[in-house]
Amino acid sequence: MAGVAVSTTINGDSIEYLCQPDETLLDVLRDRLGLTGAKEGCGTGDCGACSIILDDRLVCSCLVLGAEAEGRRVETIEGMAHGDTLHPLQQKFLEHAALQCGICTPGFLIAAKDLLAKNPDPTEEEIRFGLAGNLCRCTGYDKIVRAVQDAANVMKGA
Amino acid sequence: MNFDPRYSGRNFTSVGTRPIRPDGVDKVTGRARYGADFNMAGQLVGRVLRSPHAHATIRKIDTSKAEKLPGVKAVITAADLPDLTDGDAAMYDILDNCMARKKALYDGHAVAAVAAVDARTARQALKLIEVDYEVLPHVTDVDEAMKHSAPVLNDTIFTEGVEEKPARPSNVTTRTQYGHGDIHKGFGQADYVVERSFKTEQTHQGYIEPHACVANVSSDGTADLWVCTQGHFVYRQHCAQLLGMEASKLRVTSSEIGGGFGGKTHVWAEPVALALSRKAGRPVKLVMTRDEVFRASGPTSATSIDVRIGASKDGTITAAEATLRYSCGPYAGMWAEIGAMTAFACYRLENVKTVGYEVLVNRPKTAAYRAPSAPMAAFAVESTVDELAKEIGIDPVEFRIRNAAQEGTRSSYGPVYGPIGIGPTLEAAKNHPHMKAPLGKNQGRGMACGFWFNFGGQTCTDLNIGMDGSVSLAVGTVDVGGSRASLSLVAAEELGIAYEQVKAVVADTSSLGYNDMTDGSRGTFSSSMATISAARNAIKILRERAAQTWDIPVEDVVWEKGHAIAKGEKYGNLAALSLREIAAASGKTGGPIAGHSELVADGAGVSFATHICDIEVDPETGATRVLRYTVVQDAGKAVHPTYVEGQYQGGAAQGIGWALNEEYIYGKDGRLQNPGFLDYRIPVCSDLPMIDTQILEIPNPNHPYGVRGVGETSIVPPLAAIANAVSNAAGVRMTHIPMSPPRILAAIEAERGG
Ligand code: FES
Ligand code: FES
Repeated sequence: MAGVAVSTTINGDSIEYLCQPDETLLDVLRDRLGLTGAKEGCGTGDCGACSIILDDRLVCSCLVLGAEAEGRRVETIEGMAHGDTLHPLQQKFLEHAALQCGICTPGFLIAAKDLLAKNPDPTEEEIRFGLAGNLCRCTGYDKIVRAVQDAANVMKGA
Repeated sequence: MNFDPRYSGRNFTSVGTRPIRPDGVDKVTGRARYGADFNMAGQLVGRVLRSPHAHATIRKIDTSKAEKLPGVKAVITAADLPDLTDGDAAMYDILDNCMARKKALYDGHAVAAVAAVDARTARQALKLIEVDYEVLPHVTDVDEAMKHSAPVLNDTIFTEGVEEKPARPSNVTTRTQYGHGDIHKGFGQADYVVERSFKTEQTHQGYIEPHACVANVSSDGTADLWVCTQGHFVYRQHCAQLLGMEASKLRVTSSEIGGGFGGKTHVWAEPVALALSRKAGRPVKLVMTRDEVFRASGPTSATSIDVRIGASKDGTITAAEATLRYSCGPYAGMWAEIGAMTAFACYRLENVKTVGYEVLVNRPKTAAYRAPSAPMAAFAVESTVDELAKEIGIDPVEFRIRNAAQEGTRSSYGPVYGPIGIGPTLEAAKNHPHMKAPLGKNQGRGMACGFWFNFGGQTCTDLNIGMDGSVSLAVGTVDVGGSRASLSLVAAEELGIAYEQVKAVVADTSSLGYNDMTDGSRGTFSSSMATISAARNAIKILRERAAQTWDIPVEDVVWEKGHAIAKGEKYGNLAALSLREIAAASGKTGGPIAGHSELVADGAGVSFATHICDIEVDPETGATRVLRYTVVQDAGKAVHPTYVEGQYQGGAAQGIGWALNEEYIYGKDGRLQNPGFLDYRIPVCSDLPMIDTQILEIPNPNHPYGVRGVGETSIVPPLAAIANAVSNAAGVRMTHIPMSPPRILAAIEAERGG
């Protein structure tokens, strides 16, 4: 199969790559570009571990083809911190111990960032439903919800 | 130096605080490397061919077409993994589970594997492998499998643990029995007797990270394995034994682990990856798909349990009995035995008897799942306890308090308890505001208790003090949920230095002596004990160096708050030497300073929990909503309370999923119908409320700081607590888990109709 040439923007950088027509964006990120922050928990759109933001929309990168990123803007967990300054969500996840094993964390952070971009002052229920596409098996979500609430407060103040 | 592990009361400085974990930043920035995040130059992609049949004889496997496909570098079958287990039955089962030998024993059982230049070629190659199966009758239900008419999975198995060897083979591998006293006498003394039967369905640990490894076997006979595991030393032993290698030539590095909960405690695909790499002469990366994780890696047992409990009018239990049948998958296990041991462990009983049956079925090999076997037994017992309290007309919490085990009680599984927390957790639950909160229509409250043994085991730890006074701690227990933070706290506590001065890492198998895996809630318990011991050994050297510097006897030097202090009037003007100062001078006083420790951590200290929950049931649909949930558990001493809370909450959430939703669904054809997160639905954020926690600290006498294991007990009470809440809300006793809407609706309708 012939490769597809793709020009895209990832975390603000112009990136070009060749991929197979049937290759997912998740595989491109992980296997071709070395961006392994997005995880594959299922490959079927059910766990959210592969969450990224594509042109301001939260998507499961396991359900997007690498070729579809042509001309678009991709945001991954690797682009969330500014230099060595963590994003408030990242900081609050650490402070609240919103991660145990941490495999779900990149997906949750991306999903939470998208949630707060659309709704800067969410209720607990809005957070719970907003993050319902991401699975965490370790935490019972309690500390994740608290971390997002706390981050929302910090970001409102900023 | 002899290490004294006994508890001694002290005021803590670091232990009990809540600092940020040392591996945290890597995990929130996507930099942490998990099983599938590692690659080697020239690496091939490994994939496994799995049986579509629940039970079939493998007549022949033809791999020739696959081998000829361009890009395929190795194809293996059981013939490439010869039996080197030398009569070790448990290892033989693991080998057979990694690659079926004569028979495929469940839908998803591995039968062949390939390594190819890319994933697409590997997938194509699998399609070219021709397997000639003779399909056999199968059985997946635990009760069905016990019947005489059931197809027998393994005709060399004759039930053990019965007085006479049975005349014919069966699926019941073992019968075990626990208890003491005379239950006939006890039931004779009872004014009330309640007897009930229960079933629980099979669930999966549901770790979000699928099994993943990279294997690299070199032509000189050495090998490297990068893998997500709960125990890299154990994986090394397994793989070395199954591949006929010397353990020292196989170096296993544990990646960050994306959840295990017991499911990553023995090898699944790692020997296959090594065998592929050996044959291809190149590194091989093997990552399971989610479908494979469900079909072919460790679910828990499905169970069928009968319970009978009798009590006198005053609310004293006079006799208790349970028969427990646990599915093991196709290989013998000791799952029912653990259920039989834990079933009545919360209570002070004069007459108790439990009998367990291990049952083979055509399902994946059962693996440990957080306090394995205990939640199902607790569900059956605690449901019956609630019913009995109702019959007697006594409050269920009061009833449990009256019969709770205490220090000195002989447990139902044998040992006599030391100081334990069941009574205190019950008292705390009784006094918790949750217990008194009002309930609305169609809402019910339930509570239940749970017990877990906890384990210790072999542990080896190194503590090295750098010349700048920083401390590196190398442990051999995999960090599954924040133990590096806890162990750094313990090292800081013992040495009297700041948490930030310590850096804990998980060392590979070539850098430390053997460590048992992180299971049985042992990670923080045993490695903290080893860390304390290693720190004390280092302190001895620090004191010696100070004594040498001052030219005074070492007996006159004590270690306090991170400093060597010369004790006694005569040394009045000697300024204390800090750890940093002693470390900086170490090059001139005798070289590097380190403390080592190797020990078997005994006395892990049993732990108990009591959970309370409120559930709303929709009587029209059978749908449920968890309104409120409270966990009360004894931690001995919470080293890092935030992570202890996290363990409590996580276990409760898994228990909630198990109680209400999760189950393996098999079709008539013996194939798993829901091997994905869409149809095997684990709780999501919107399914749960905040989970309240209350940590009790009843010190474990066998640990210097009083620590007990905390990781597992929290999954024991939820099934029962939720069943009691649902039963109270719906007005009908629920006896089958999960209590999915159709099951609840059926129970409500049966009650209305009958
Ligand atoms: S890997 Fe994409 S949703 Fe699970
Ligand atoms: S922290 Fe392990 S899955 Fe979320």
